[in-house]
Amino acid sequence: MQYIRAHVLICAGTGCTASGSKKLEAALHEELVKKGLDKEIKIVETGCHGFCEAGPLVIIYPEGTFYVRVKEEDVPELVESHLYKGRVVERLLYKEPVTHESVPNYNELGFYKKQRRMVLGNCGHINPEIIGDYIANGGYEALAKVLTSMSSGAVVNEIKQAGLRGRGGGGFPTGMKWEFTQKATGDKKYVVCNADEGDPGAFMDRSILEGDPHRVIEGMTVCGYAIGADEGYLYVRAEYPLAIKRLTIAIAQAEELGLLGENIFNSGFNFHLKIKEGAGAFVCGEETALLASIEGKRGMPRPRPPFPAISGLWGKPTNINNVETFANIPQIINNGAAWYAAIGTEKSKGTKVFALTGRINHTGLAEVPMGITMREIIFDIGGGIPDGKNFKAVQIGGPSGGCLPKELLDLPVDYDSLVQVGAMMGSGGLVVMDETTCMVDLAKFFLAFTQSESCGKCTPCREGTMRMLEILTRITDGEGKVGDIELLEELARNIKNTALCGLGQTAPNPVLSTLRYFRQEYETHINEKRCPAGVCSALTGYKITDKCIGCGLCKKTCPAEVISGELKGRHTIDQEKCIKCGDCAAKCPLKAIIKG
Amino acid sequence: MSNEQANNCCGDNAHGQFQKLDQILTEYQDQKGALIPVLQEAQNIYGYLSKEVIDRIGKKMAIPTSQIYGVATFYSQFHLKARGRNIIRVCQGTACHVRDAKTILRALEDNLKISAGETTTDRKFTLETVACIGACGLAPVLMVNDDTHGRLTPEAIPDILARYL
Ligand SMILES: Cc1cc2nc3c(=O)[nH]c(=O)nc-3n(C[C@H](O)[C@H](O)[C@H](O)COP(=O)(O)O)c2cc1C
Ligand code: FES
Repeated sequence: MQYIRAHVLICAGTGCTASGSKKLEAALHEELVKKGLDKEIKIVETGCHGFCEAGPLVIIYPEGTFYVRVKEEDVPELVESHLYKGRVVERLLYKEPVTHESVPNYNELGFYKKQRRMVLGNCGHINPEIIGDYIANGGYEALAKVLTSMSSGAVVNEIKQAGLRGRGGGGFPTGMKWEFTQKATGDKKYVVCNADEGDPGAFMDRSILEGDPHRVIEGMTVCGYAIGADEGYLYVRAEYPLAIKRLTIAIAQAEELGLLGENIFNSGFNFHLKIKEGAGAFVCGEETALLASIEGKRGMPRPRPPFPAISGLWGKPTNINNVETFANIPQIINNGAAWYAAIGTEKSKGTKVFALTGRINHTGLAEVPMGITMREIIFDIGGGIPDGKNFKAVQIGGPSGGCLPKELLDLPVDYDSLVQVGAMMGSGGLVVMDETTCMVDLAKFFLAFTQSESCGKCTPCREGTMRMLEILTRITDGEGKVGDIELLEELARNIKNTALCGLGQTAPNPVLSTLRYFRQEYETHINEKRCPAGVCSALTGYKITDKCIGCGLCKKTCPAEVISGELKGRHTIDQEKCIKCGDCAAKCPLKAIIKG
Repeated sequence: MSNEQANNCCGDNAHGQFQKLDQILTEYQDQKGALIPVLQEAQNIYGYLSKEVIDRIGKKMAIPTSQIYGVATFYSQFHLKARGRNIIRVCQGTACHVRDAKTILRALEDNLKISAGETTTDRKFTLETVACIGACGLAPVLMVNDDTHGRLTPEAIPDILARYL
């Protein structure tokens, strides 16, 4: 066998691919061949490391040197210096945003130090398209264990004892759900994995599927054994072509090795998996709508009970869990319920993967033990707010969730504490906002989303969200009236109490939580006709400050021709006629035009 | 959708022939819940779901066309009208929204001289909005066909468009 002296890990996740990691890989391969190093240095394509902001990411082992934003042009230097002479290329190292110190090693990065990467443990470290990589890291041991030494009842019990709760949003105890389906009568049962990931701003399920697909397959197979199902479906949204590709490869490889299919591990247990591609409807993330969609119908939710555990896919008992929930299963089986239950808080066990996005330095995925504070996630792991701005709020739980203001930064994050303050865990999407975000506009944004995604089946959701959106639009357009806030609150209460499914029942949450913590901002919009964040264009204007050098560019740009001024003299905008498009501010070379 | 697929758009059924479609229909003949995958594959062949294609599917699968329209109009992925050669999907999801995704949409609309949901008269581009493509770490983001472009600024738009001309 050829001796390999170094491994170069290149991230091939969606984020890094968008940043050019494929071209980088081709260039590196070419350079290695040119230098005759291709036999001793191996390139490994990995899944997502979670640190998408700094992509494309390259890690060189055995040292574990972590390079960020590596471009094709950097390849000759990287090869010559690091791989040939053993000298680290300083300028490509990551620099901490506060101290500006460069960090040579993966594990020392602020972003990773406070994380506990269990579910994401393999992501970024193995090649997701090679089943051997997963097996070499302990993969399919849990499946072997349950099939050769555990009864189905013992598996269910183990999951119950571990205290795992569903990661798809609601936080329902997974062991209990499995038990219901196990006990349900029926000769045919199904396992379904919800990989619809509809919450805009969340991408953990995608990264798990792209970076470690076998973990989910193994979790689903263990579930199949526990509940007595021989068939499973993965419902993946169509916007995730790479995840679908990697899953297809993974299923074929598992079948080839007899880890899926007939008589797995000679146990007599059969399990087959199929992929169903979603077709673009947020409501299909809701379990009953998802099942209708797999059956080839319009994805409309139906009232529960009966729950899918009793009557699910084609009327058969069906256990449906989220991607991250299934990805937690193998480690619980391998290490035992007691080990798992020791991580996290009293009622929320284990870790949770959060997607950090918005106005934050380190966007990406962070896996942390339950109970960590929001401050630690946003400031220690996320590196705080960029451009010297201040933290204003963080939205958690997507369109069904709520926002938390800075007073609540020290709240320990778990399922129950979040509900208490009017938010919810949801999928774990964290969208961070600074003072340039208008909270009324944000609430309007979420309502516009749920309103357009409402399936239209029940009136409170179809009509109610529309009315709420109209009021919010009025307020942001500067036509808010006294009494609008109260009307919003009344509508919100009614929709919450009467909507058919979770989409409608939670749709008012973003409005209620922004009202709870930022009521004054609504009042300023309505009473003073002012948008403090300078976002709502009807309520803000553009001003030319004395930084203006009179270059005339703004005057040329203005589509409404309302800017006047002599060359080399300070220009002014006719506020009456200004259409507030912002083109002048975007063009000004000196940033002399400000909003406000 | 790749260029190749789009180029073949309508070529197959222009003469009233449905060879490829019939092949797909045979493949899915005995499968439960096959309507959505069949529509997806049909759209991959023809670029969109024309009335003729829907009629054919209805006849072969013994499903009322009203029901097929019900499904096709429910999901945002399906299109009943012909689209451009390149599909631009600009993200207006939460993470992109707070990183000024609106200015990106505006820049696209200005450059292409169409609004979201429309196709340029030369059929080169169709502009659509989506809520999250899962690359939120690089917000604001857009996709042209299967390529993702991230960390966008309005100034970067003309260059990106030029690559697909
Ligand atoms: C409107 C709506 C959208 C949902 N979207 C998703 C989703 O994208 N992914 C998901 O796993 N669960 C989603 N859920 C939750 C599912 O209905 C279901 O509770 C979940 O898949 C169960 O898995 P778990 O117990 O592992 O969390 C959604 C619920 C509602 C009401
Ligand atoms: S919100 Fe735009 S990619 Fe997720």
